[in-house]
Amino acid sequence: MALLEAQGIVSGYGEMEILHGVSVKVEPGQIVTIIGPNGAGKSTLLKAIFGLLSVKSGRVTFNGTDITGWSPDRIVRLGMCFVPQTENVFPSLTVQENFEMGAFIRTDDYRARIEEVFALFPDLRAKRHVKVGALSGGQRQMVAMGRALMLDPKLLLLDEPSAGLAPKMVELIFERVREINRAGVAVIMVEQNAREALKFSDWGYVLAGGENRFEDSGPALLRNEEIGRLYLGG
Amino acid sequence: MLELTVYGIVYGSVIALGAIGLTLIYGILRFGNFAHGDLMAVGAYVALFFVAVALPLLGIPETRFEPLSFGWRMVIAIPLAMAATALLAVVLDRAVYRPLRHRKSSPVMLSMAALGVAFLIRSLIYILWGPDPTRYVEGLLRIPIYLPFDIKVRPDQVVILVLTLLLVMMLYLFLQKTRLGKAMRATADNPDLARISGINTERIALLTWVIGGALAGAAGIFWAIDSQLTPEMGWGFLLPLFAAVILGGIGSPYGALAGGLIIGIVQQVSTAFINPAYKPAVAFALLILILLVRPQGIFGGRS
Amino acid sequence: MELSRVVLGILSGLLVAALVRALAARWWPRARWSVHLSAGLLVGVLAGAWVSQMEGGYLAYLVTFCIMAGIYGVFSLGLNVQWGYTGLFNIGIAGFFALGAYTSALITTRKPPPEVWFYFKQAIGLDQPFLVGLIGAALVCGLVALLLGLLTLRLREDYLAIATIGVAETIRILFNSEEWLANGSQGLIGIPRPLACLIQNPPCAWLPDWAKPLVAGWTARDLDAIYLVIVVLALAALYWAVEQGIRSPWGRVLRAIREDEMATSMAGKNVFGFKLQSLVLGAMIMGIGGGLYAHYMRSISPDVFVPLFGTFIIWAMVMVGGSGNNKGAILGGLIVWGIWIGTTFLTDLISPLLGAISPELPARAPYFRYLLLGALLVLVILLRPQGLLGEEKQVSKL
Repeated sequence: MALLEAQGIVSGYGEMEILHGVSVKVEPGQIVTIIGPNGAGKSTLLKAIFGLLSVKSGRVTFNGTDITGWSPDRIVRLGMCFVPQTENVFPSLTVQENFEMGAFIRTDDYRARIEEVFALFPDLRAKRHVKVGALSGGQRQMVAMGRALMLDPKLLLLDEPSAGLAPKMVELIFERVREINRAGVAVIMVEQNAREALKFSDWGYVLAGGENRFEDSGPALLRNEEIGRLYLGG
Repeated sequence: MLELTVYGIVYGSVIALGAIGLTLIYGILRFGNFAHGDLMAVGAYVALFFVAVALPLLGIPETRFEPLSFGWRMVIAIPLAMAATALLAVVLDRAVYRPLRHRKSSPVMLSMAALGVAFLIRSLIYILWGPDPTRYVEGLLRIPIYLPFDIKVRPDQVVILVLTLLLVMMLYLFLQKTRLGKAMRATADNPDLARISGINTERIALLTWVIGGALAGAAGIFWAIDSQLTPEMGWGFLLPLFAAVILGGIGSPYGALAGGLIIGIVQQVSTAFINPAYKPAVAFALLILILLVRPQGIFGGRS
Repeated sequence: MELSRVVLGILSGLLVAALVRALAARWWPRARWSVHLSAGLLVGVLAGAWVSQMEGGYLAYLVTFCIMAGIYGVFSLGLNVQWGYTGLFNIGIAGFFALGAYTSALITTRKPPPEVWFYFKQAIGLDQPFLVGLIGAALVCGLVALLLGLLTLRLREDYLAIATIGVAETIRILFNSEEWLANGSQGLIGIPRPLACLIQNPPCAWLPDWAKPLVAGWTARDLDAIYLVIVVLALAALYWAVEQGIRSPWGRVLRAIREDEMATSMAGKNVFGFKLQSLVLGAMIMGIGGGLYAHYMRSISPDVFVPLFGTFIIWAMVMVGGSGNNKGAILGGLIVWGIWIGTTFLTDLISPLLGAISPELPARAPYFRYLLLGALLVLVILLRPQGLLGEEKQVSKL
């Protein structure tokens, strides 16, 4: 059984329909990347899956449960967490406090979990009690991911995690994503840095104009010359 | 001059208490509460009700803790009046602001509604207590005590300062150390992310009104202890309150504290040079200055 | 024939005719426009005739009511330009009210002679005619609004609101404390009525001989009726001017700014400049309103321009009538002023009941009317924020 399955998703913003029936699937433990030109609806797809946008038709299933139309705070309790592209941290709170907010709905003692997350992002340990607003872009991105990991999710939704970061930072972030995946968390991410992302993805979907265009394993997509020409900048 | 500074600190701490509530409402509920000054007035007048009517009926004796101007009645009245003001703030939210919030009204409409609420409250005060100024204790000679450096303070003022400090510290501990307090700060930062994190933003809104209302009520009572009660006092607080909030940075409670103290001190010290009637204009001038030099306020806040 | 009867008869007839015609057009849209017009004219003539035969005392009261409603209509127009069309939140209207009133007063009165300086101080007294006073009031208010806008319009919208409170308070304190300027808290008296010479004996020098017998019997009441005509003319002129502005390309930009400021600025429009113009123009209209008030009351003092009468009631008028609609603004002025005056009778009625609850309450009856006004604004915002007439569907001249 697939961990996440979205079938025929039609969604958009208000009157504007962006997705005209998109389907994606994530198996447990996989890294799935969604690429495509600007305006293809990649971010819209993630938001529709996570319940931030209403799904006009189609179905989203998570671990066998139909979560179509569920609100984000219900979905989060099932084990799916979302890291938005922008405004994904609490800037006036410290790193530690951001993680505590990530664990807000946990009723158990999550101090051990905080340490596990710091283990994933060792660079942040020194900045533990620093206000996140004062951190660099890359560090903030790590805090954003760490916050989302506090609930021990089975699936992490990442919206352009490398956006606006320097190349060295991009490398670092992707390395962290691989590490998170090695720890057992499936990842579905939208990426502009398509080449870099596909290198370590188990599966990739190409979206354009709100529809599925191609899908194949990450390395296969990279080898595909036509895909390379059309979507990966030659 | 030093004496004026001390008076300024006392007055400034009253403004600061009000401004802290106002800035919390700004940061979490995202609008300027033009009824905040009148919430302060509510606190003062409800305390008057307890001190002059309710508590005597219950048989609480009229005592005075020399050399202060008040006794047990005020001590009991203060928390009760704070609670009443907090309750009123919550009722107003349920009746007026929350429906507008759910309708996704613009911040200006919320502010306009607050303006209407302000007049509503003020007219109720006029109806219930009449237009004449009153005091908690009539005809009392307020004899100052002398501290080192030849500073003159009234004993009431010392208590006001101590109580303000206490309330501010309690708020600090709440915001910094408790889960709910951190959730409040998180909601002020990023309400969408807070919602996704499972924080019940409606409950945070409720908490904001409770804290804002209680602090405003306390501020009004402290002001009235040291000065007097008039139905128009609420309107007169608006300029210094908003000036303090903007000075400190909208959304920052510690900024509001600093802003309040600065406004208070500058206003009082200015009376050495210009006609005291111009004190509100001094607050306005400070406001204009900050808008010219650093519009986001001392502590940055949100632009 | 008494002038007031004629004036009120005609004015009320016209007003009722316009109202009935508009209602007829709404209820029977398929009938011809000439039917609507005839209906309006018929009812209008009847209403005018009925009003003109009212008893003298009632008539005088009605004149007073209409003058104040008209003056507040001017203020509502000014606020509508700032808020209804551009979305500017001005809660310091009382400041422009006072400034306009005082400026016009200072321009049109004479400086007191040195003998009376102990009792009555005034810094400026230009002894100019009424119209010069109004123009001066408009210019001074426009200038203050310009400064205010330059300082605050580039910042958050609620910064303007707070700054307007500051301006209003500063103006009030200024006129109250600086006695040398305009007699401080005692205020100014003897502000002239335009055309006052008509009821003097002998009447105005410029009056032709055949007209002199006509005005021979005129009293102060007739002068009031003349002032009503002046106010109505001013209101009509300002209404026409604002309507022209709104239907012009300039007006369209204003509305675009209120709808979506970001989009408008990205379309290349200088949003700041337009907002500034709107603020200044609205303030100038308010200045004229202040002047009209001063010349009607003939005496003003700082404690007249309190937030309730100078700011809040005007907001109630614009919101009740319909922001973004000039007819609505004026209608709102009429209705809310009517509610304000009407509730006087209401509180007189409940006075005995109040007295039964507590002996102090009857004296506080006016404050029940404040309560009603505050509740009115809150209820309008909650239940019908678009007001009675809503926003007018704009048909641009293009």
